[in-house]
Amino acid sequence: MSTQTDETKAHAGHHPTPKDYVQIFFVLFVLTAMEVAASFIDVGPLFLPLLLVLMAIKFVLVAGWFMHLKYDIATYTQFMVGGLLLAMALYGAVLLIFSDAVRA
Amino acid sequence: MSTATHENTLGVDHRKLAMWVFLGSEFLFFGAFISTFLLYFRETNGGPGVELFDIAFTSISSFILLMSSLTMVLAHNAHANRDMRRLRIWLLATAFLGMVFIGGQAFEFTTFYNEGLQLTNSPMSSAFFVLTGLHGAHVTIGIVMLLSTYVLTKTGKIKPDQDVKTEMVGLYWHFVDIVWVLIFTVVYLIPYDVVVFGG
Repeated sequence: MSTQTDETKAHAGHHPTPKDYVQIFFVLFVLTAMEVAASFIDVGPLFLPLLLVLMAIKFVLVAGWFMHLKYDIATYTQFMVGGLLLAMALYGAVLLIFSDAVRA
Repeated sequence: MSTATHENTLGVDHRKLAMWVFLGSEFLFFGAFISTFLLYFRETNGGPGVELFDIAFTSISSFILLMSSLTMVLAHNAHANRDMRRLRIWLLATAFLGMVFIGGQAFEFTTFYNEGLQLTNSPMSSAFFVLTGLHGAHVTIGIVMLLSTYVLTKTGKIKPDQDVKTEMVGLYWHFVDIVWVLIFTVVYLIPYDVVVFGG
């Protein structure tokens, strides 16, 4: 190969160090502890949005840093997000259509 | 990393691209079972349901799986730095944490069975065991991949400049962790709050 590819260009940038990974792990640890705490203390109507936001942050941290999507080329992110959005749209529709039928 | 011989017309490593396409499709796979559980978690046929969940115990399992993601990324980092000794240590640590997670799941399943929550009792129990069982099967496959990678590095079949192979095992392992992040919140915490606290 004589020319530099998108892949090698993407990898040429800054990469997290083991120290960064440990810090991300501790953030994930704290977020999980917050999720569990929210289950045992009454946070009222904030419970569901709070849990979903915490879950989304954990998701992004693992995908972005541990799976290197933040540092890789956008094509990989597009495949992952594509699958995720397709699943959310499909099963969101399923839940909307069938939730009443199941409870009837 | 030996990307030069494995590129496609997009200018990316086709092995990694294939892994990402597979992982993208896995969202559809797990989404089917998660949404099925959300539809049926109240349908217990008068038997036990989500009130049996031991949130404290499952939280510890979640921490263990998160920790295994850390050891996995450290394994890949070691391979990228051509440090094969550290790579093998972190691979074994990741496999060990995965086994602890599976042990915890086996304990949880046994406890539920003894308390009357069994696979064919109700739509809820079927949806729960199929979903978490399939996730456990993915973790088990991941453990086999980790141990295989360990053996292949030990025997010299995976070389210091082939860190993309460890990276792909890592992608699969982190994906399994991500799915657990979803399951822990959507299957354990939210339905438990709805049923036990009427949230």
